[in-house]
Amino acid sequence: MKSENTTYERYQRQMILKEFGEAGQQKLSQSKVLVIGAGGLGCPALQYLAAAGVGTIGIVDDDIVAISNLHRQPLYSTFDIGFSKAATAKSHLTKLNPDIQLIAYNERLTTQNALTIIEKFDIIIDGTDNFASRYLVNDACVLLNKILVYGAVSQFEGQVAVFNYQNRNGDAAVNYRDLFPTPLKDGEILNCAEAGVLGILPGIIGTMLANETIKLITGIGKPLINTLLTYNALNNRMYEISLSANAITQSLIPNNKAAFEAMNYEWLCSSGNARFEIDIATFNQLQNLPLVKIIDVRELNEQPLPTGFDFTKIPLSQIKEQAASIKDETVILFCQSGKRSLQAAEWLFDKFGESKKIYSLKGGILNWINHSSTQ
Amino acid sequence: MKVNILLFGQLTDITGEDSFVMEDIFDTDSMAIFLQKNYPALINTKYLIAVDKKIIATNTLLPDNCTVALLPPFSGG
Repeated sequence: MKSENTTYERYQRQMILKEFGEAGQQKLSQSKVLVIGAGGLGCPALQYLAAAGVGTIGIVDDDIVAISNLHRQPLYSTFDIGFSKAATAKSHLTKLNPDIQLIAYNERLTTQNALTIIEKFDIIIDGTDNFASRYLVNDACVLLNKILVYGAVSQFEGQVAVFNYQNRNGDAAVNYRDLFPTPLKDGEILNCAEAGVLGILPGIIGTMLANETIKLITGIGKPLINTLLTYNALNNRMYEISLSANAITQSLIPNNKAAFEAMNYEWLCSSGNARFEIDIATFNQLQNLPLVKIIDVRELNEQPLPTGFDFTKIPLSQIKEQAASIKDETVILFCQSGKRSLQAAEWLFDKFGESKKIYSLKGGILNWINHSSTQ
Repeated sequence: MKVNILLFGQLTDITGEDSFVMEDIFDTDSMAIFLQKNYPALINTKYLIAVDKKIIATNTLLPDNCTVALLPPFSGG
C-alpha cells in the first residue's frame, strides 16, 4: 500500500535538499520520460530515474538480454538471458519502485511508430547504439519539439548533451544534426561490438543522462543545454564545448509527419555499396514509379541495350557535368557490370545528398538481361 | 603562432596521441589539409571542430595559442 508516509520516506534524502524539496519531488512524479534503448546507457538511466520517482517511464527496446550485455547492463541478471529487455527492465524496476508507472515497448523504434510513442512523453533519452536510430530519434524530437537528452560511448570515452531545448532567450535550439548534419554510415565508426567498451563507462554516462533529466525536470543546476560534454574514463578528463545551430540543419530534417515516415534512416546510415545498390527485383519495382530517371552510364556505343523500360544515356565521363540536368527525385544508374554505376551513384550523392534517392543496379545490365531471359 | 590540437575518441588511434602543438597554421581549413597530409586516414573520418571550446561550421581564423578540439561522433550505447 502506498501512503504519503512511505512516499516521503522513499524520497526523503533528496527532498531535504533545499534546492529540490517537496516541489522537486512533485515535478518528478508528474513527469514522463522515455528511454530509447535499454542497453548500456539505458539501464543505469532507468534505474536512477525509477528510484528518483519519475512518475511515468517508457522503455523502448526490441532486443533480448544476451550474456555479452551483462558486463555493462547490470540491471539484468544471468537468469534474464534470452528474455525481452523492455519487459525484463520493467519487471526489475517495478520491484525497485512500485509507485511509478512503467510502460514497456518491446519493439524497434521506426519511422512508423516513433512519433506516436515519443509524443506521449516530456523528455526523451537517446540510449541507442547505432546512427540510424540516433538520427531517427533526433529528427522525431525536432519535429515534435521534445527535449532530447543525448548520450553515446566509444571505448573509454562518452558524450552527453541536451538538445532541442528552447530557452527563454529565444536562441535557436541545437540538435544532433548541428554537430553532424548528415547521417554517418555505421561502418565509418565502429560500434561497441566491434570497438569494445569498458563496462563501467556507459554506467557513468547513463547516470549522467539521468542526472541531466532530473535537473531539467526540477529546474535545478545547469543542464548541458547546447553543450557537448566529453568524458574520458582513463584520465578523467572532461571537455565541454558550446554548440550553436547550423543554418543548413533545418533543411535536412523532415518538417512534417508524412516526410518523416517516408525517411529511410537505415539506408542513409548503411555503409559502402549497400547504400546505393539495388537488386533486380527492386530495380523492376522502382522503374514503374513516377519521377524516376533511369540512366545508362556506359559509353554511348556500348551494347547490349535493354528493352522494356525508358532510360537516358549519360556516360560516366560526363555525369558530373550533366548532373544539374537531372531533375527527377529518384535516379537509378546502370552500366555493364554495376561498377561504373556505383561510382556514378557516389558522385551524384556527393552533389545531391539526401535530396534525391540514388540507386545503382547491382550486377549491371548484363545480369539483368540474363535474369530477364530466364524468366 | 602556435595552435594546440586536442583529439578525441578513435581519432587518437589515427594520430597516435591525444594532443600536440602545430606551428604557423592560420585557419581551420589549412589545419585540416595539413592533418590529412600527415594522417591520410583522417580524409575519410568525420569529426566536428571546436575552436576555444566553441563549435565552428565554416573556415575560422585561429588566434595565437588557441586550442582546437577535433571530436568524432560516437554511436555506442
